[in-house]
Amino acid sequence: MSEAVYQMPESLKHVVTHYCAGCGHGIVQRLIGEIVDELGIRERTVGIAPVGCAVLGYDYFNFDVSEAAHGRTPAVATGMKRARPDLIVFSYQGDGDLAAIGTAEIIHAGNRGENITVIFVNNGVYGMTGGQMAPTTLVGQVTKTTPRGRMVEDVGAPLKVPEMLAVCDRTAFLARCALNSPKHIRDAKRALKKAFQYQVDGKGFSLVEFLSPCPTYWGVEPLEALKWIDEKVLPEYPLGVMKDAPAQAEGA
Amino acid sequence: MARTESGVRGERAQSARSHDERVLMCGNEAMAEAAIRAGCRYYFGYPITPQNEVTAYMAQRMPEVGGVFLQSESELAAVNMVFGAAAVGARAMTSSSSPGISLKQEGISYLAGCELPAVIANVMRGGPGLGSIGPSQSDYFQATRGGGHGDYRHVVLAPATVQELVDLTIEAFDVADRYRNPVLVLSDGVLGQMMEPVVIPEHPETHEPPKPWALTGCKGREPNWIKSLYLDVNELERHNAKLQAKYAQMERDEVRYDTLRIEDADVVLVAFGMVARICRSVVRVLRERGVRAGLFRPIAVWPFPYEALRATRGRARVYLVVEMNAGQMVEDVRLAIEGRRPVEFYGRTGGVVMTVEEVVVEVEKLLAKEGVS
Amino acid sequence: MYELKIRYDWCKSCGYCIASCPRKVLEFGDELNARGVHPVVAAHPEQCNGCRTCVVMCPDVVIEVYKNGTD
Repeated sequence: MSEAVYQMPESLKHVVTHYCAGCGHGIVQRLIGEIVDELGIRERTVGIAPVGCAVLGYDYFNFDVSEAAHGRTPAVATGMKRARPDLIVFSYQGDGDLAAIGTAEIIHAGNRGENITVIFVNNGVYGMTGGQMAPTTLVGQVTKTTPRGRMVEDVGAPLKVPEMLAVCDRTAFLARCALNSPKHIRDAKRALKKAFQYQVDGKGFSLVEFLSPCPTYWGVEPLEALKWIDEKVLPEYPLGVMKDAPAQAEGA
Repeated sequence: MARTESGVRGERAQSARSHDERVLMCGNEAMAEAAIRAGCRYYFGYPITPQNEVTAYMAQRMPEVGGVFLQSESELAAVNMVFGAAAVGARAMTSSSSPGISLKQEGISYLAGCELPAVIANVMRGGPGLGSIGPSQSDYFQATRGGGHGDYRHVVLAPATVQELVDLTIEAFDVADRYRNPVLVLSDGVLGQMMEPVVIPEHPETHEPPKPWALTGCKGREPNWIKSLYLDVNELERHNAKLQAKYAQMERDEVRYDTLRIEDADVVLVAFGMVARICRSVVRVLRERGVRAGLFRPIAVWPFPYEALRATRGRARVYLVVEMNAGQMVEDVRLAIEGRRPVEFYGRTGGVVMTVEEVVVEVEKLLAKEGVS
Repeated sequence: MYELKIRYDWCKSCGYCIASCPRKVLEFGDELNARGVHPVVAAHPEQCNGCRTCVVMCPDVVIEVYKNGTD
């Protein structure tokens, strides 16, 4: 008797994505699809796609999805969640969307403690527009707009978002994960599932950062990109849970 | 017992709330109450003078009716919160004044592109840049030509009295839902601050249609999406054609204007909003002096009433467009008149409000110049 | 006992599944797929223990895993 051990999640459309070979967006998307299925929330989930490589979210997720202007996703999520608190609303953003143009919106949504889940895909570069510097680009990293490598004296150091948001009292769950090995991806799924569960339980604002491979704009083969994360990104961006206020409250 | 400012305001509004009674209210607060009566339960806004009464009133009032008031981190965030609330099917509103409305232009373009209904109110102040907190009409171009990018239009309503501000704000929500498009209510710093007697109907006749397109969770249906991105250029052209068809219908069905004594007028003043009220007095003064003056007042400045204005060309000898700006609506008047009659302009900028007398003088100068007795 | 259903034309040949499979089940196929790359193939399906590591790594949900037949 045939038994499915793993099948395409119902929450994903049966289409192949436009992402490059080895792109982390595909992995995150798959995790979202699995989690939405496992939590049984597909029929009340609304995703908000960013401006960036993941802009076509509505072509991939099998639930209600909205577009948002660049960086404004947390504000759109706020409007949605305040009007329909029963919906499970997630904001899906890249490093430019969240940490450059959208810094005000993410800080204030976090500071207000909006009961939403934020998915922050950090691949250290602006992919869609051809590989320019992001706030999270590494020191010395060559991009289209840092042809001599990122220089701290000129443009500052890479931005650490969950660490910044941890200072705000009302942020509930902040974590950083990586997508470069089976263990890391399994850990990432656990963190993201917790973030969604917290929204279901009304526990407040969650943000999970995913260190994601971008073989195309790092200029390496996909398997090299996985190593790049281990060797270059992790020393700058340590993994872990920066804040888990609901768990702490329970422990106390 | 000491009465706080908000307590006094609250009491005034209280009687407006529970009966169809005439009460004295300032424009900003009356507009806010009117929005609530029209079914708006979500207001997002940021402080800016001269519309701060709106945010204060909404902060007090929205929780009372089970709605949401949120002071956003910027005007930009506010219009995006409106986007979110509209996307899930709610009647939502934001307001600001000129520089803040500039910040909302991106959001307005997205609302139009995504076909989302929303009401945005601009309580105009002096510009450009930081300008002044005095009243102006210098956002006419921004409002009617669309300060945001792309081929979009939206209905722009320009009230001249606090009662009209109330009535048009209520209508704005219906117009927004009718076309799935943002609507702009064009107020100004004087109208926002002035207190006039108003009746705000407790249960106004409004029509909120079903919204099967809204993102309400895909239970029992295929997933919906809200987007304005169409990477295939032919698809985007088709989408634009659909939007243009909507705007063409607005041009047919949403024309609103008012006239005063234009049937036999030699000189027709054209003005909107506050300035139109000044011009009503100008017409009265001129008529008393034996000058056949009239007033043509657009109430919707988009769609502009070109045809109705053109129809006055037969009798009128000269037009004077009066605005609190450096000359914006005058361009639309010239388009309507097509060079068949002289169209002159008189304006004040900076937040300066012209007096009746100075406009009368201007008309008399104009009539002398044109040889009209 | 475990069978893999592979969407060959979806595969972008990133190699993540092949590198991470602990039982060396997977390899790059000799043929080119519709995308013009060598898709993953189950070269040694009998070695598969259903651990789903390939699934965890795949950005494109190319591989589905079944037990006792894929129908």
